[in-house]
Amino acid sequence: MTDKMQQRQWRRYVPRLLLIPFAVVLWPPLYNRIEPEFLGVPFFYWFQLAWILVGAVCVWAVYALEQRGKE
Amino acid sequence: MSALEGASLNLDLTATTIFVALFLLVAWLGFVAARWRKADLNLLHEWGLGGRRFGTIVTWFLLGGDLYTAYTFIAVPALVFGKGAMGFFAVPYTILVYPILYLVFPRFWIIAHERGHLTAADFVGDRFGSRLLALAVAVTGILATMPYIALQLVGMEVVIGALGFPQGGLLSHAPLIIALLILAAFTRASGLRAPALIAIVKDLLIFITVIAAVVVIPAKLGGFSAIFAAVPQERLLLTPPGGESLGAYSAYATLALGSALALFLYPHSMTGVLSSSSGNVIRRNAALLSAYSFVLGLIALLGYMALAVGVDKDPAYAAGFGNFGPNFAVPALFLASFQSWFVGIAFAAIAIGALVPAAIMSIACASLFTRNIYREFVRPDCPKAEEARIAKIASLVVKLGAVVFVLTLPHVYAIELQLLGGIWIIQLLPPVLLGLYARSINAAALLVGWAAGIGTGTYMAATQGLASSIFPLAIFGVTIPGYAALYSVLINFLLAMCLSPIVDLLTRRSATSAAR
Repeated sequence: MTDKMQQRQWRRYVPRLLLIPFAVVLWPPLYNRIEPEFLGVPFFYWFQLAWILVGAVCVWAVYALEQRGKE
Repeated sequence: MSALEGASLNLDLTATTIFVALFLLVAWLGFVAARWRKADLNLLHEWGLGGRRFGTIVTWFLLGGDLYTAYTFIAVPALVFGKGAMGFFAVPYTILVYPILYLVFPRFWIIAHERGHLTAADFVGDRFGSRLLALAVAVTGILATMPYIALQLVGMEVVIGALGFPQGGLLSHAPLIIALLILAAFTRASGLRAPALIAIVKDLLIFITVIAAVVVIPAKLGGFSAIFAAVPQERLLLTPPGGESLGAYSAYATLALGSALALFLYPHSMTGVLSSSSGNVIRRNAALLSAYSFVLGLIALLGYMALAVGVDKDPAYAAGFGNFGPNFAVPALFLASFQSWFVGIAFAAIAIGALVPAAIMSIACASLFTRNIYREFVRPDCPKAEEARIAKIASLVVKLGAVVFVLTLPHVYAIELQLLGGIWIIQLLPPVLLGLYARSINAAALLVGWAAGIGTGTYMAATQGLASSIFPLAIFGVTIPGYAALYSVLINFLLAMCLSPIVDLLTRRSATSAAR
């Protein structure tokens, strides 16, 4: 019983994963630099492109966790 | 003007043939779509929302085709081409769109579905019990979308011009007018089913074009390091804050956040969301649509590739740049890098890319007009069949308005109005968001907030001569340049929240005194 309640408690915080992309991409000092380059692409560009994928993973993770919670 | 005449005899026959063939294919698809998932198209929710039956895959194509417009494909790389790193804000923008979609819109869908809302104005009017607030939402939506439709036509015009059709003179407008008539005819016949089906072709063509571009062009130019080496050093990164100003940092972040908050308030995005078959379809798409964001990021880099190829210095493209400015960068890049037959495919991708959002935008505007202006204020007892008939006429009027606008007025007006549209549409955030989570807010307070937001936002843009939406906000001697839409919606939100209890108190007091 307490196990289930703990699980439910934990699940309430799942959507907060979606705040991660906001915290990262809205803080330009974090990525406004050239080095390290990747395949000749400056950090500024490949970092943000990579975060498109990380953002998608965050959304999918929240979806998967929430769906499991409903079963 | 001699440069214009020089361009008039350069029609690329191979490219044009492929372009026209692909265009005819999607026109045919547009008409066939009427029979897809057949239903009574004399009902507005069937014509305008496809009967709310689109599953995950169709919604993926539809929303992707709807949100990533032809103008995006032209304007985002043009911005990177002209301004450098600042233009890359489109990437954090699309990253943030999807968490917002996931968190907010499944709930919106459920309420809209239960209560039979077809538009955002239906939703807001019902949640707050205010016809006036619903009217404000409808008018804002229509005004913000009209210039957006016009810009789709501008996107189409750029590629038609790049194919080598003569520029200037009445005859030069013929291709655009024919394209628009085809668009109007299949939208009327098939409603939202047409862009949903065409979106599949559009998205495939866009994916093929972009993948080819990022493989072929860097290989030709000697890799990405050669491309980035061609970019002037000072444009490669954002200018760091200096002195008393936060410089490009605050502008970049507020543009990304403000644009992301505004995107799903646009009527055409709402239409895409509401036509899906369940909240989970929206949730899944919030993750899967990122594929388009990635493509958009690559498209943004086309701006640098155009710089590296040096299209702006090539006399062959001088006429195009003269007519269309930096928006000609991507078409010129394709002309310089691809063989004719592939130029035809790439340009068709952009032109068809304009058809899908233009159709959905006109359908969305038509639904707003019919449901929230015509039925609400002109003929409250209008039967369902009349509702659909009026919507079909309205969508035609909207498209004709857009084409007249593009052909008779300078493009800069459409661009300025689109910039203002972004500032106006975000003012719907408080009523929509509070309609989901805090219905007790007073409708009059929301209306005052909306008016204040529209007013201050428009003022901020006007101080920049409508050339930029970045307003240099000065607080305590520090200048924080930021997106006027975000600043003005903050005022809107705070005003609505503060006024609501006061208005409640006043109306309650007058009600009790009246009771005595």
